[in-house]
Amino acid sequence: MIPRMRTPHQGIALQVRNLRKAYQDVVAVDGLDLEVHSGECFGLLGPNGAGKTTTVEICEGLNTPDSGEVLVLGRGWGHQDRELRQRLGISLQETQFSEKLTVDETVQLFRSFYDRGPSPAEVIAMVQLQEKAQSRVGSLSGGQKQRLALACALVGDPELLFLDEPTTGLDPQSRRQLWELIERFKADGRSILLTTHYMDEAERLCDRVAIVDHGRMIALGTPQALIARLEAEHVVEFALAEPSAIDETLLRAIDGVCAAERRNGTYRLQVSELHRAMPSLLAELRRQGAQLAELRTHSATLEDVFVSLTGRHLRDE
Amino acid sequence: MSEPGRRWTGHPLVQLTRVRYREFFREPEAVFWVFIFPVLLAAGLGIAFRNRAADRTVVAVVTTGQAAPLADALRRADGLDVSLLTDSAASEALRIGNVAMVVVPSASGQLEYRYDDSRPESRTARLVVDDVLQRASGRRNPLAVRDQLVRERGARYIDFLVPGLLGMNLMGSGIWGLGFAIVDARKKRLLKRLIATPMSRSQYLASFVLSRLTLLVIEVTLLLGFGVLVFGIPLRGSLPLLATICLVSSLAFASLGLLIASRAQTMEGASGLMNLVMLPMWIFSGVFFSASRFPEQIQPFIQALPLTAVIDALRANILRGAGWHMVTGELAIILAWMVGSFVLALKLFRWR
Repeated sequence: MIPRMRTPHQGIALQVRNLRKAYQDVVAVDGLDLEVHSGECFGLLGPNGAGKTTTVEICEGLNTPDSGEVLVLGRGWGHQDRELRQRLGISLQETQFSEKLTVDETVQLFRSFYDRGPSPAEVIAMVQLQEKAQSRVGSLSGGQKQRLALACALVGDPELLFLDEPTTGLDPQSRRQLWELIERFKADGRSILLTTHYMDEAERLCDRVAIVDHGRMIALGTPQALIARLEAEHVVEFALAEPSAIDETLLRAIDGVCAAERRNGTYRLQVSELHRAMPSLLAELRRQGAQLAELRTHSATLEDVFVSLTGRHLRDE
Repeated sequence: MSEPGRRWTGHPLVQLTRVRYREFFREPEAVFWVFIFPVLLAAGLGIAFRNRAADRTVVAVVTTGQAAPLADALRRADGLDVSLLTDSAASEALRIGNVAMVVVPSASGQLEYRYDDSRPESRTARLVVDDVLQRASGRRNPLAVRDQLVRERGARYIDFLVPGLLGMNLMGSGIWGLGFAIVDARKKRLLKRLIATPMSRSQYLASFVLSRLTLLVIEVTLLLGFGVLVFGIPLRGSLPLLATICLVSSLAFASLGLLIASRAQTMEGASGLMNLVMLPMWIFSGVFFSASRFPEQIQPFIQALPLTAVIDALRANILRGAGWHMVTGELAIILAWMVGSFVLALKLFRWR
């Protein structure tokens, strides 16, 4: 699908060591280490305000760290930056392109900055905006605007792609469409650093994920490995009708329950064997005379990993 | 599929400049304010202040004593309109400016002239009325005089006005044109997105200069063309000098616009700053009336304003046909503003 003109960078596409950045009294990034291997899609997963965007913008050379080292495609910022930028594709959070230009004119403008790469028409076709090529940017939907942003990131045939929250604020259909596009570029051997606060996005797109919170990395691994670390494949959440209550220690004692906690009236159990734990749980509740108001169960996700690590939900803030 | 040699349309500077045109011409309001409004303003003011064959002066005669023969004598004179009013009505008319002066006859035959000596038309009316009445009463002039009327293009208000409007327009389009576009791009985070590409930052700024220069040609041609064709404004100076004045003026105001836009994060902040910068020039720089009317003490300040220099240079060139050596002072001031603002803007400019 994507015409390759560059051989992908070999080795490590992006290396970040002990990165720190503070704004006035807020520490945005607090000693972060990252390595993005060539050809991998690496996800920075964390809630809003975790320092993801600051980290990415430092990697993109748009922000300067207080301390720490960043190597992009083996090179640091501050020396022949424009050459390095020729090899990067960047999609920032919340860029608004000029509404009075057409899609084609916008892509042409961005294409003119790069020495090489596909033609504007080819890039527009890649992100499936052919029908909108002559439309003004102001008339595009949110999903179409994000695809335009992706097109502008791809015009230079980049070796390393930075995508900062590429699907935030989009409807589910537009998100899936964008995921398919990103997957195709990934299949092509490009390296991608992606930030998101959607766990399903990270699970679907990323080869490896770093979970960040308060500017620190709190977990790193493949999505499967991180979920496996919970030692529980399922999560059961329930609420009891007032004024019933049940002691968490009783819940932890149930066969197949790995962890149990209560928060805001909702009980949350990590369960390894759902078919054994559920009957025992219901029996225990009946024995305590507790009335169920709500009961949900789902397979464990990265969200559950985040909750088990921080006690908070990704999208709480 | 790769493009080893760029077609000229693919050059970033060409692309950036075309974006400037597209953004401008696709904004009907901008086109109106830059191209149409100054012409409308010139047309409106030109008509309002057109020179009439001779201005009529209105005087009142109070209906006491010998009012009727006095009024008749005044009516026979050129350029006087006379109304007979009661004392209180005449005073009221004088107070609100409907009449230039009031003539009050008295039983003793002595006349009273009632007028405000700070009003030029009242002082004129006093001289005319007195002359008419004295001659009607038998005065003979000891000195023989002859009037030769000289009505020349270049001395009318519209002649004075058009270079002023041109200067004001150069200022407005330079400051607004650059300032708003840059602050808008910063607010939309488009500036940040652009510097994330290999785009040359100086080419980005150069694209504003290039587009400004082309728009400048249209702007100047429209307004001056209108003035010449409709009002017969004389273009007495050399056209290359006129073009040079317009060019450096436009660049100076564009630099000033860049300076104002160098930090502003919001449109409201930017437009406040722009008005703050432009307001003194609208008032003091002599767009609508001569800047020399302001007190001597603030003249150094007024003369240092870029718009004052621009308008003085334009009037000297257009109306008096002044050569290069006569506008070097003004050109120096304009160039100083251009270089100073640009250097400072580059120091302060934030891309984020």
